[in-house]
Amino acid sequence: MNDEGVDLKRRRFLTASTSVVGAVGAGAATLMMINYMTISEKDKAQGAPIEVDISKLPPGKLLVVEWRNKPVWIMKRTPDVIKAIEAVDDDKLRDPNSEVAEQQPDYAKNKYRSKTKDMMVVIGLCTHLGCSPREEQAGGDLGADWPGGYLCACHGSTFDYAGRVYKHVPAPTNLVVPNHRFTDNNAKVIIGGVVKKEKKGAAS
Amino acid sequence: MSSALANLRIWIDDRFPMTKMWDDHMAKYYAPKNFNFWYYFGSLALLVLVNQIITGILLTMNYKPGAATAFASVEYIMREVPNGYIIRYLHAVGASAFFIVVYLHMFRGLMYGSYKKPRELIWILGMLIYVCLMAEAFLGYLLPWGNMSLWGGKVIINLFSAIPWIGDDISQWIRGDFSISDTTLNRFFAFHVIAVPLILMVLVVMHILALHEVGSNNPDGVEIKKKKGADGIPLDGIPFHPYYTVKDIFGVGVFMTIFLAVVFFIPDFFGLFIEHDNNVPASHLATPEHIKPLWYFTPFYAILRAVDWKLGGVMVMAASIIVLFFVPWLDRNPIKSIRYRSTLFKINLMTFALVFIVLGYLGMQKPTPVFKMATQVLTIAYFGFFVILFLTSLKEKTKPVPDRVTK
Repeated sequence: MNDEGVDLKRRRFLTASTSVVGAVGAGAATLMMINYMTISEKDKAQGAPIEVDISKLPPGKLLVVEWRNKPVWIMKRTPDVIKAIEAVDDDKLRDPNSEVAEQQPDYAKNKYRSKTKDMMVVIGLCTHLGCSPREEQAGGDLGADWPGGYLCACHGSTFDYAGRVYKHVPAPTNLVVPNHRFTDNNAKVIIGGVVKKEKKGAAS
Repeated sequence: MSSALANLRIWIDDRFPMTKMWDDHMAKYYAPKNFNFWYYFGSLALLVLVNQIITGILLTMNYKPGAATAFASVEYIMREVPNGYIIRYLHAVGASAFFIVVYLHMFRGLMYGSYKKPRELIWILGMLIYVCLMAEAFLGYLLPWGNMSLWGGKVIINLFSAIPWIGDDISQWIRGDFSISDTTLNRFFAFHVIAVPLILMVLVVMHILALHEVGSNNPDGVEIKKKKGADGIPLDGIPFHPYYTVKDIFGVGVFMTIFLAVVFFIPDFFGLFIEHDNNVPASHLATPEHIKPLWYFTPFYAILRAVDWKLGGVMVMAASIIVLFFVPWLDRNPIKSIRYRSTLFKINLMTFALVFIVLGYLGMQKPTPVFKMATQVLTIAYFGFFVILFLTSLKEKTKPVPDRVTK
């Protein structure tokens, strides 16, 4: 570079200020593009709460509805299922009393993981990598100790009938309970609304 | 006529280094004369890349990204478009062929020490190509919008949710939705057809430029540039063109015979190249009975499953790929070729290859307790290769390396 007759101080200042302004501009443009890839207003709107009629749902039958492209499991628990939940030894579970706050609203922070112990509403996606577990009854492939519950066939995570995760499986936490409320004398359930975990993404 | 052509060449050469580039990379690029079978796979990888690009362009003419249209448009290509099924099978089988060729190419590098000084950057660029290839394959796998596309995609994107604190936000940002949807499919299409291929092409050019800068290694691991004739040409070097262009064309013939036999007669390769569950349209409510990635990912998938802790599993799997980048520095022995290295090294490398294949098999199986135990043992064995390599490579009993290449 030819430095002859050049004010080096001014050149340094101009180099530094151009770099700073350029970096800020590039950063702002990058942020704008990152933001472009976040969830759109239409997709947010499609994630709105849904209403499900459960008046004709027979006890013990699993109803699967789609909310935000996720399977939501709704079941009126039979006394047998409730007994099976109560029979599970707390020591075998990672989080028997639903202490991990993000996994459910406060009203489901109990061993049944539900508002009342005879109504299950839970997102049927394994908290490991998001496969949908299936019911695995006692006496199947999982051996004589298995009291029945849900098994994720992808990576072998197991949950009890309340969606509580067992120890020594890849899934870190219990199944997620979505925010929900019952209306029309428990004939309908509304799924959605603000759930703690999705506040950030869905705040609108 | 010929003088008109010669004049045209001169006219271009005055304005663009056409003849210079041809000479530098083909006619006067001197490669060792002792290349063997293992040296086919570099040029074959390039061939498959060209196949993927051409068939990919043709497929985009009829493929319609979008949750409502994607599956049907693939069926349309398969049933209604003239030769559409051949183009799609060339692309789908081509993806698997790419990984077969690349795995053999990488194994060649490990055998003959092609990652060692001065070729560390070639290895690293190659690893970046491999990672891009994995991204490209994963992105492309979502596009047919079959049920395995959807659920495989869910599982892989959820890997990011294992990152503490910001993981869920990152997963959602990648998807652009609460879960994989139309939005996700469209952006994956964008990444698959333009973003990643662009990066891939740049990396491939850099890989070859770096190779031609330092010169090719060979099965003896001897630097041919150390022994040059009076004309300055390596004594053991032969010009890439015509010698290796002709050799590679023979390799292309053999490869195409096998490749086209698969494309024409067993395009799904018994459910390995195209999974049967992917012939069912994507459904958010029904997980396929058994989710597994395509065969080329299953060794890493097995490693992921070996750990009973989500974040841990993701980290160990990431480590199993990242560690490969460091092979040039983990192997501290200056001797390149396996021919002159110790029996211990030979056993270590062969065990590693075997472990990789068995992990690939286990990654396809259901996670029963016995298989899980086997996966855990083999995951340790996988990393053991690198540990043993690092600890023993300086103390190996090696054989004398010849001055010139042998047969």
